[in-house]
Amino acid sequence: MDDLRRPTGFLFTLLGLILTLYGLFDSGVRAPLDANINVNLWCGVALLVFGGCLLWLSYRAKS
Amino acid sequence: MTLTFIDYLSLIIYFAFVLGIGYMAKRRIATSEDFLTSRHSVPVWITSLAFIAANLGAQEMIGMCASGAKYGLMTAQFYWLGAVPAMIFVGLFMLPFYYGSKARSVPEYLKLRFDEKTRGLNAFTFAVMTIFSSGISMYALGLMFELVLKWSFTQSVLLSAAIVLVYTLLGGLTSAIYNEVVQFFLIVLGFAPLSILAVEKAGGWQGLSSHLQPVMTHTWKYTRHASENPMGVEIFGLVAGLGFALSFGYWCTNFLVMQRAMAADTIHGARQTPLIAAFPKILMPFVVIFPGIAAVALMAMSTGYHLPLKATGGYDYDQVLTTLMAQLYPSGMLGIGLTALMASFMSGMAGNVTAFNTVFTYDIYQSYFNKNAPDQHYLWIGRVTTVVGVALSIATAYLATAFNNIMDFLQLVFAFVNAPLFATFLLGMFWKRTTGHGAFWGMVTGLAAGALTLSLTVAENKGGWIAHLHEFPSSMAQNFWIAIISWTACLIVTILISLFTAPKPETELHNLVYGVTDLPHEAGAPWYKRPGPLAVVVGLVLIIVNIIFW
Repeated sequence: MDDLRRPTGFLFTLLGLILTLYGLFDSGVRAPLDANINVNLWCGVALLVFGGCLLWLSYRAKS
Repeated sequence: MTLTFIDYLSLIIYFAFVLGIGYMAKRRIATSEDFLTSRHSVPVWITSLAFIAANLGAQEMIGMCASGAKYGLMTAQFYWLGAVPAMIFVGLFMLPFYYGSKARSVPEYLKLRFDEKTRGLNAFTFAVMTIFSSGISMYALGLMFELVLKWSFTQSVLLSAAIVLVYTLLGGLTSAIYNEVVQFFLIVLGFAPLSILAVEKAGGWQGLSSHLQPVMTHTWKYTRHASENPMGVEIFGLVAGLGFALSFGYWCTNFLVMQRAMAADTIHGARQTPLIAAFPKILMPFVVIFPGIAAVALMAMSTGYHLPLKATGGYDYDQVLTTLMAQLYPSGMLGIGLTALMASFMSGMAGNVTAFNTVFTYDIYQSYFNKNAPDQHYLWIGRVTTVVGVALSIATAYLATAFNNIMDFLQLVFAFVNAPLFATFLLGMFWKRTTGHGAFWGMVTGLAAGALTLSLTVAENKGGWIAHLHEFPSSMAQNFWIAIISWTACLIVTILISLFTAPKPETELHNLVYGVTDLPHEAGAPWYKRPGPLAVVVGLVLIIVNIIFW
């Protein structure tokens, strides 16, 4: 419990992973107003990177 | 707006996660202070993010986006002129006394500094206000989900309240604070893409500006006269009302946010809390206000987006955020966006509940009903109060469905209730001569003066129950001026009565008042851990943002 970065990192990695995979395998899913951008893929990757950074910070501090 | 399985999956993962945090925080709870105050154990980066997240309720998110569409970039004054300078002030000058006094709550500080009646008045008004705000915000959310997602009002209100109840009951303040950090990240990551997509779709900031009236994209430029801007305020009302009375009143005296800073593990951490929180706070307008401004441009550009309409005619600005989300987020990201909205609601509600149970247990129950019980009894009372607080919030939410006008009135009152308090704390902390009688009657007069002004003036058909002495061009202007008047009334009455009553001896004022307190030494710490240099950097960033968007 002392290092909040770890559980938070896992949460965002998981959410990011789901969204990235959805964006990759169902890449035709687009927003009504803008069909050019694969929002799920971009946002999924962003969440994944953020979660990964938290995990990296947490494990680096531990070791 | 229809949701798919993936959207619900994000929401369910988030619910499971907050409950998990609550369960993990539970191991730390042994005494009433563990449960209610976290006993000065929380690292500073966590208190800082919780400090702003507790204030980022769903109503704030929906309301700021709505104001962005209605008033344009002037809405950012709530952050750049209002919140941030007040946060710098409280970190530099007030937290040494809140934290150093070892008070467990803001009302308890008043008891230590002044007397029992001052504490009682503050604790009581705070408790009532907290429950009503929490209920009103729950009502707003339930209504929104009913409208947008066709979820039942009862089910969404009860489900979200039940989850907040479980995690605050399990881990107390620590659990609420830890979850607020996660909620803060979710709010930013869930709403920032909306802002980016909306502004990008509108052709970037330049393109967006070219489709809007110039007043929509400036903060200061159109404030010479109230008639120049849709907010209906001129520079004096804006600076003295919003920038001073309202914002300092809220950010420097409200226990809801102060509780987060007071949970920090050292006095240095407590002082850094609002200063570090000021950095993300400066950036929040880009996340919460920009989508609203972009929405108006998107409509002007005939992209296919339309501002939602009310059944009675006119634009329903409160729906801008959700309709924009439905248009710019595909299924998948939509789930993250809704999870962010849910997270903002929960952080606001948990903030209210954890502040309410502390004030009730220590400042009302322990001081008026049962003074000398063993600590385990207060822990039990704290838990019971948590349940009662959530139940009362739900009751208020249902009350709001039946008595809309009363809730409107209460919101008008809550809008200025903190303003006079800032005069009380300012005098109490920096003028040794201030007395308990002065503080008490100053607070009473300040509130009465505010209520009286509200009853004598009218704006947008609100207020003026006794007479129509003056009509303000907008509710905002009315609100700002009421805050100025009630702050001034409190200041004058507190000073006058203090001069005619006996002050506390100086020996009793250690750690409570400037001049008889040993201020914490920061020498030796790196600059970014010292309040002074941190405040200068925040101030510089603030000035730059103000210049860019003036």
